[in-house]
Amino acid sequence: MNTQGKVFKYPDNVDTDVIIPARYLNTPDAKELALHCMEDIDTEFVEKVQRGDVMVAGWNFGCGSSREHAPLVIKTCGTGCVIAKSFARIFYRNAINIGLPILECEEAAEEINANDEVKVDFDTGVITDITTGKIYKAQPFPAFIQNIITSGGLLNSLKEGAKND
Amino acid sequence: MGMTMTQKILAAHAGLTKVEAGQLINAKLDLVLGNDITTPVAVNEFKKAGFENVFDKDRIAIVLDHFVPNKDIKAAEQSKTCREFACAHCVSHFYDVGKMGIEHALLPEQGVVTAGDCIIGADSHTCTYGALGAFSTGVGSTDMAAGMATGMAWFKVPSAIKFHLTGKLPANCSGKDVILTIIGKIGVDGALYKSMEFVGEGVKTLSMDDRLCICNMAIEAGAKNGIFPVDEVTMAYVTGRSERQPVVYEADDDAEYEQAIDINLSEIVPVVACPHLPENTHPAKELHDIKIDQVVIGSCTNGRMEDMEATYHILKGKKIADGIRCIIIPGTMQIYKDCIEKGYITAFIDAGAVVSTPTCGPCLGGYMGILAAGERCLATTNRNFVGRMGHVDSEVYLASPHTAAASALTGYITEYKEV
Repeated sequence: MNTQGKVFKYPDNVDTDVIIPARYLNTPDAKELALHCMEDIDTEFVEKVQRGDVMVAGWNFGCGSSREHAPLVIKTCGTGCVIAKSFARIFYRNAINIGLPILECEEAAEEINANDEVKVDFDTGVITDITTGKIYKAQPFPAFIQNIITSGGLLNSLKEGAKND
Repeated sequence: MGMTMTQKILAAHAGLTKVEAGQLINAKLDLVLGNDITTPVAVNEFKKAGFENVFDKDRIAIVLDHFVPNKDIKAAEQSKTCREFACAHCVSHFYDVGKMGIEHALLPEQGVVTAGDCIIGADSHTCTYGALGAFSTGVGSTDMAAGMATGMAWFKVPSAIKFHLTGKLPANCSGKDVILTIIGKIGVDGALYKSMEFVGEGVKTLSMDDRLCICNMAIEAGAKNGIFPVDEVTMAYVTGRSERQPVVYEADDDAEYEQAIDINLSEIVPVVACPHLPENTHPAKELHDIKIDQVVIGSCTNGRMEDMEATYHILKGKKIADGIRCIIIPGTMQIYKDCIEKGYITAFIDAGAVVSTPTCGPCLGGYMGILAAGERCLATTNRNFVGRMGHVDSEVYLASPHTAAASALTGYITEYKEV
């Protein structure tokens, strides 16, 4: 699995309230919600994002509310991957559970610039900044989590587990 | 090396004699919680995955609290989804309008959560129940769906930060000032992935409402959970209330902590978290020239009886400053009723405040107190992110009920004793 696209760069402590403001949470419909992804800090994101593009952010990405709508709208917009220095724990868990690829890599998150063209290989954790030519290596997931991701999310992995019992 | 209190609870629920930080475990759940925003997503996932039954109808709690009484047609549809699911699966702890309260005020009050429990909730402030000596943590809707179906959840066993409390809080401070001070010290990711374990002589001086408030905001430091030891205050609270027998777990004497932080409660002062992060704390008295437009007293952080009492003692016989909208929201129907019986609500209204039935409404910018561009609110809620309570150009300041009530009387951020 991999993704390639343009970088949208964000600061530290991007919270789930700006990823998807609560005023829109009167619907669980991901497509409708996705129209408002990031709008409180980046009004152009939804208009500009293309399938496969990559979000790059600082520390504690996805802090705040447990709303699963947050990784869901990022994924629904077509974002191929989020790279951050660190993720808030509920966001991290939710992203894995719904199948949004995320990678923790401090160096990449620091150095990659907005609008760079980036390629990410999830199997190896290798991040290539095509614009600068620089290559980074993210921490791989533990096997247990890798299994949830390759199954296509938590519920699929539970179903597969039940079949194997 | 011994285990922390959190690790002890997780080991017991995973059927293991020993766990250590970083270990991945599968643990048995005592309760799975959701609200009117997160449950509809979980119901979709539950159905999509083909699950037919919930693991135990008595171990699931669904509380309609964010947008009820329904704020609009879409919110009504979400409530309906929750109601139909709860009915179809005979969920015994389903709380609809008239019975509901803000989930993290309601479940401890109703005895649905207790000491020694292992709990997940599709709401980030599920960490509140650590005040009772439970392991309790926020998750997303897919985890809620899996929890409802299987009664199990996977966890990475957390390491811990020990907060050693000494002394006793000054009269104008409460649990809110303690947790805001701690977040100001360690930052919004200062406890990322970790437990915040509160210990020491100072613990016994804190009321249950203070402890619930402190654990409630553990997530605002990035923590997986916050937890207090079980003592006489806990037992007095849970006895005759809990529907399950409380189970007491204690940290081992040789438990390993990543860090130990001393907090002298006697030195705490009233603090305010300024926009746009809960770590941006300053003493309230340094902010006295900041003019506000609105005050909100309520939420899962500060909508409990002691919060209403503090507000009453400051507002009774006084008038809210001109130009200030003061919105007071008791956390549960029981608290609402107690406020009526004690004459608090009359006093609030006479002071010029408005009183709502329980709802999370304004805290997350849902309804019941949305801010316009340029407006400032001083709130006893838990988050002051960009746009949290309304327009992206509005501002939220976080404080205790004492500070919020005192500020409502002056129209500026005010330390209580200054009034």
